[in-house]
Amino acid sequence: MAYSDKLIDHFNNPRNLGSMDKGDETVGTGIVGAPECGDVMKLQIKVEGDKIVDAKFKTFGCGSAIASSSLATEWVKGRTLDEAYSIKNTEIVEELALPPVKIHCSVLAEEAIKSAIEDFQSKKNAAAAEG
Amino acid sequence: MSIANELPFQTPVYLDNSSTTRCDPRVVEEMLPYFSDTYGNAHSRSHAYGWGAEKAVDLARERVASLVNCKPSEIIFTSGGTESCNLAIFGAARMYAEKGKHIVTTAVEHRSCMDPCRALEREGFEVTYLPVDTNGLVTAEQVAGAIREDTILVSVIFGNNEVGTIMPAKEIGAVCKDKGVIFHLDACLGLDTETLDVDADGIDLLSMSGHKMYGPQGIGALYVRRRRPRVRLRALNLGGGQERGFRHGTLNVPGIVGMGKAAEICKETRDAEKVRQTALSKRLKDAFFAQMDHLYLNGHPTQRLPGLLNISFNYIEGESLMMGMSTLAVSSGSACTSATLEPSHVMRALGVGEDLVHTSIRFSLGRFTTEAEVDFAAKECLAAAHKLREMSPLYEMVKEGIDLNTIEWKHD
Repeated sequence: MAYSDKLIDHFNNPRNLGSMDKGDETVGTGIVGAPECGDVMKLQIKVEGDKIVDAKFKTFGCGSAIASSSLATEWVKGRTLDEAYSIKNTEIVEELALPPVKIHCSVLAEEAIKSAIEDFQSKKNAAAAEG
Repeated sequence: MSIANELPFQTPVYLDNSSTTRCDPRVVEEMLPYFSDTYGNAHSRSHAYGWGAEKAVDLARERVASLVNCKPSEIIFTSGGTESCNLAIFGAARMYAEKGKHIVTTAVEHRSCMDPCRALEREGFEVTYLPVDTNGLVTAEQVAGAIREDTILVSVIFGNNEVGTIMPAKEIGAVCKDKGVIFHLDACLGLDTETLDVDADGIDLLSMSGHKMYGPQGIGALYVRRRRPRVRLRALNLGGGQERGFRHGTLNVPGIVGMGKAAEICKETRDAEKVRQTALSKRLKDAFFAQMDHLYLNGHPTQRLPGLLNISFNYIEGESLMMGMSTLAVSSGSACTSATLEPSHVMRALGVGEDLVHTSIRFSLGRFTTEAEVDFAAKECLAAAHKLREMSPLYEMVKEGIDLNTIEWKHD
């Protein structure tokens, strides 16, 4: 299977690889997928106001999954939460030219973004309820 | 392949000999005249072209027979391992259906045996799929326990193509002899390093593949016992009556010549190759295990094909690892067909955890693999694996002391 240059570049030079402190209340963490399915993505965002100022990822999965999550971190940085929430998997498919059997990787990346945003918001809501 | 010039070998380094082997140059040389010089039909009895082809086929048949210690007349040439296995299983089952409709096989067969068994179930046969232990073995006792009054065929894989475990063929053969049941051994892998003797091992049908023993692709052979007992098969096709009526169609003379030469070389070199490949694969395995944690060798630790290593690199997905080591030609360890992304039936049968299934890589060394290539492969693979471990959220969790089994994963 021939992969696109962009995909291979993200795989070989992943952007924003790493982790942030899960306990930090400005950080939202999304972990999606399962080891027995062959894909687990962890995507984290750091939020200031309603803007995502930083993002990190770690991924267990095929090259397409790694590239999709790497791209996702690149795309969410600098966006508002609403903008990031509206990122569609089809945009990732198009950017990386994912073959049909790898579309689920982009779906997972979209879910990871949404899951991280939801985690941040539920933390914020919990803090507001306490305060 | 840009680094090819700086290394004393070609890259990607070929470590996928269980998929196919390089055709030995001695084999190619022997085949060449039969394409455009002695190009007759081996069944043309009226001229020198045909006689020449027939003579070459006779010699090849002797060589293949000699490899497994049978008579030349007991060798049927086919289009490959798949056809040999299909002919053995369908052919025997349909021929002896009146005697009984029960077949015994294992849960770790290659699909060229498993799928015919499944198809026979739809034809009214009953098939027992014996489970294997965590090393991938069935015992002769299991086979004996499964044989019934109406059992007509036992079919077992010899060297497993995914995990490399070698089945106790001789012991199973003895059980089959004792019970009077036909024994088919799928020996598509292993004939380049192991010694099989159809008489000593009690084998009635034995499938072989040319391109897994340094011969050409598109040629295979099936040993069909002629004496004690005389085994008959219902042919899969109809035609000119070639190959004693078991396999119709004009013979692939260049392929047969190549397979004959390949068999001759295998017989001469198998003992030495077994020693050499055992040492080489140990070298590779030792390099991995010395420099990385959380690795698992799948299959039997010792009773295995000497060149095959199926290793799970826990917390690293296999496909990404293969992508990361583009200088190596290897296979995914679970023969997890990329079309389905489903773990294979073999890994499931061994009880390999689904998480580990996705992390396995099959390295299969061969006759042309050198020590320098093995050292290069270890270095390349470890570099990629360490990089991917750093990217793995699972490895991170394990290092934090989290038990992955306690996590409720979010997935559809």
